[in-house]
Amino acid sequence: MLQTVFEPWNDPNATPLIQFRNVTKRFGDFVAIDNQSFDIYEKEFFALLGPSGCGKTTMMRMLAGFETPTEGSILLNGQDIAPIPPNKRAVNMMFQSYALFPHLTVWDNIAFGLKRDGMPKLDIKARVEEMLKLTRLEQFAKRKPHQISGGQRQRVALARSLAKAPKLLLLDEPMGALDAKLRQATQFELMDIQEKTGTTFVIVTHDQEEAMTVASRVAVMDTGRIIQADTPRVIYEDPASRYVADFIGEVNLFEGVARARGGEPDPAAPRAPSAPAPANAKAPARMAQPNERGKWLHDRLLKYFVGPRAEAPRQLPPPDPETLAAKDSQPETEGGIAIDWAEGQPPLIASNGDPSLEGQRVTLAMRPEKLAISKTKPEAVNALQGKVIDIAYLGNLSTYHVKLANGVIAKVQMANTRRVAQRDITWEDTVWISFRETAGVVLTE
Amino acid sequence: MRRAIVILLPYLWLVALFLVPFLIVFKISLSDGAISIPPYTPTLDLSDGWEGIKAFFAELDFDNYVFLTTDDLYWKAYLSSVRIAAIATLLTLLVGYPIAYAMASAPVHWRPLLIMLVILPFWTSFLIRVYSWMGILATGGYLNQVLLSLGVISSPLTILNTDTAVYIGIVYTYMPFMILPIYATLERMDDSLLEAAEDLGCSRIKAFWLITVPLSKSGIVAGCFLVFIPTVGEFVIPSLLGGSDTLMIGKVLWEEFFNNRDWPVASAVAIVLLSIIVVPIVLFQRNLEKQREAER
Repeated sequence: MLQTVFEPWNDPNATPLIQFRNVTKRFGDFVAIDNQSFDIYEKEFFALLGPSGCGKTTMMRMLAGFETPTEGSILLNGQDIAPIPPNKRAVNMMFQSYALFPHLTVWDNIAFGLKRDGMPKLDIKARVEEMLKLTRLEQFAKRKPHQISGGQRQRVALARSLAKAPKLLLLDEPMGALDAKLRQATQFELMDIQEKTGTTFVIVTHDQEEAMTVASRVAVMDTGRIIQADTPRVIYEDPASRYVADFIGEVNLFEGVARARGGEPDPAAPRAPSAPAPANAKAPARMAQPNERGKWLHDRLLKYFVGPRAEAPRQLPPPDPETLAAKDSQPETEGGIAIDWAEGQPPLIASNGDPSLEGQRVTLAMRPEKLAISKTKPEAVNALQGKVIDIAYLGNLSTYHVKLANGVIAKVQMANTRRVAQRDITWEDTVWISFRETAGVVLTE
Repeated sequence: MRRAIVILLPYLWLVALFLVPFLIVFKISLSDGAISIPPYTPTLDLSDGWEGIKAFFAELDFDNYVFLTTDDLYWKAYLSSVRIAAIATLLTLLVGYPIAYAMASAPVHWRPLLIMLVILPFWTSFLIRVYSWMGILATGGYLNQVLLSLGVISSPLTILNTDTAVYIGIVYTYMPFMILPIYATLERMDDSLLEAAEDLGCSRIKAFWLITVPLSKSGIVAGCFLVFIPTVGEFVIPSLLGGSDTLMIGKVLWEEFFNNRDWPVASAVAIVLLSIIVVPIVLFQRNLEKQREAER
């Protein structure tokens, strides 16, 4: 059988490991979790992402058993876990502070849960050693938590919470205390461990990059509600709301009124450019060719070893005139919507917008890397003129802040494929930003 | 130079107010009793020069220490003091720990007030507080009156002038010394440790024994030493609340000094008491050092 993509949430026959059923949690008057229902499937790496105070930690603490829902129920394998105290749940938690027992050695910390289960001594030894090996902590077994580094402590906390082989592992900001470099390495390590052990992981984090890296699904939360729960790709490319688009990564939000485009010609759409130049004339010879001396060497000597020299140089096949035409000129000018967003600015064309939105206020959300920047007016459906007011140089990328004629600031991200000295756009330059008619997402909320 | 003076000052203080008095007491303990002022010989007379100093040292001996071993009153008093101090320390711990625990788990904004309440008794004289216990514990005292009126007892209890009264007095007086160090360690403890223990399969009670108690160990040890060390030599509480059969070395010392006017023997008793107490003090210091190392 072929390895299928891991997407149990799309499989109607899959039974979820965790089910939240209309869960509400109130602390006094404060509603921490507001009537939430969602499922988490076995072997998933599920991220709860949101700003502090959004209820993500409460969600996790309810799973661990430190809080009970005010209303609704949480099912684990179909069984309501509300009456089960934390020490009887097949759920373990890795704490944000790690909560390592300072008076016990690394070995004893990992063995702590196993001893409570009354496991035979030899089995405990085997299991602890397995965990030490998994987290590469063998040589630190005899040390106390204060004698090891932050990264090692983090791994001890992970080993301890995995030792009892829980059905569900909860990770509360597991990498909050690590520096950026170590965090990145640990994220991959965490994914490896999750895959190796086959445990279901639920991670709470406020770091969207971390959530996107590790999780199979990300639930973006705000004020006690999950706004959107989906794969990182969908969350990033297809956010359901302005909140999600804005929370995850950087985004340009252009707000305006939608107008269905139908088949009518659009004055803003560029004219079809003149017919593409003849393909054979344009096709460059890409392969390096031997020079005269090389040819001589080949004919005299090398042909006895590698065969005769091919007279016709090998090159890329000439581009097919039809695909060439489709690729760089004719956009889908039909369908979708145009968004009138500012006086004196051309409407923004979004061919993926729903024409039935006609007359409604919509937001076109676009990632900065989907925009292009140039000094000359590009051949594009959407092109806006502005002035560069800021350039953030991030090494691999540069983010340009371009102030458009009506004062709106657009963020454009470009990969720095050239060295800085050769960069031709600088502060105060008048530039054009452009994007394809499918670059953005049309949002109504 | 200025640094040297700064370092020298505390040493001068220690020499003048600790080492010199100790040496004087030690010297008296090696002298013989006499009916004179001061009531012992020899006294150092520097006018005789070197000969006088030689004669002075020739007269010093360890007779008083030998005497302490011949009369069983003394070693019984020492033993009884250590026993009473040990039991009282244990009682203080049993009462003090729950109080410290409750304080550490109280809401944060209440804690300064609670600490204040623990320290508050220090603002009145220790002597007056012990006297007021006499009024409470006496046969016709408040405690008996309340118990009689409630019908719990039919005849008044004899508490005052017994060992029980001494224990009550010590536990009451030294309670803050037990509570504060334990509170300090408990307050520092991270609550998530208990949650982690629970998460890993502990019941709450088990988590208390496996996590809270070991982590407050340094506070417990500090509290016990702070109570035990002064209690061994305690004089006021046994003499005011204890009975005639309450044998404590502090009382013996007092009687030796004031009733018998035998300064040399009294000094010998004090020196032996000091050497008994030095052992727990050294242990206490080592505990402190270990704790500091663990925190580093």
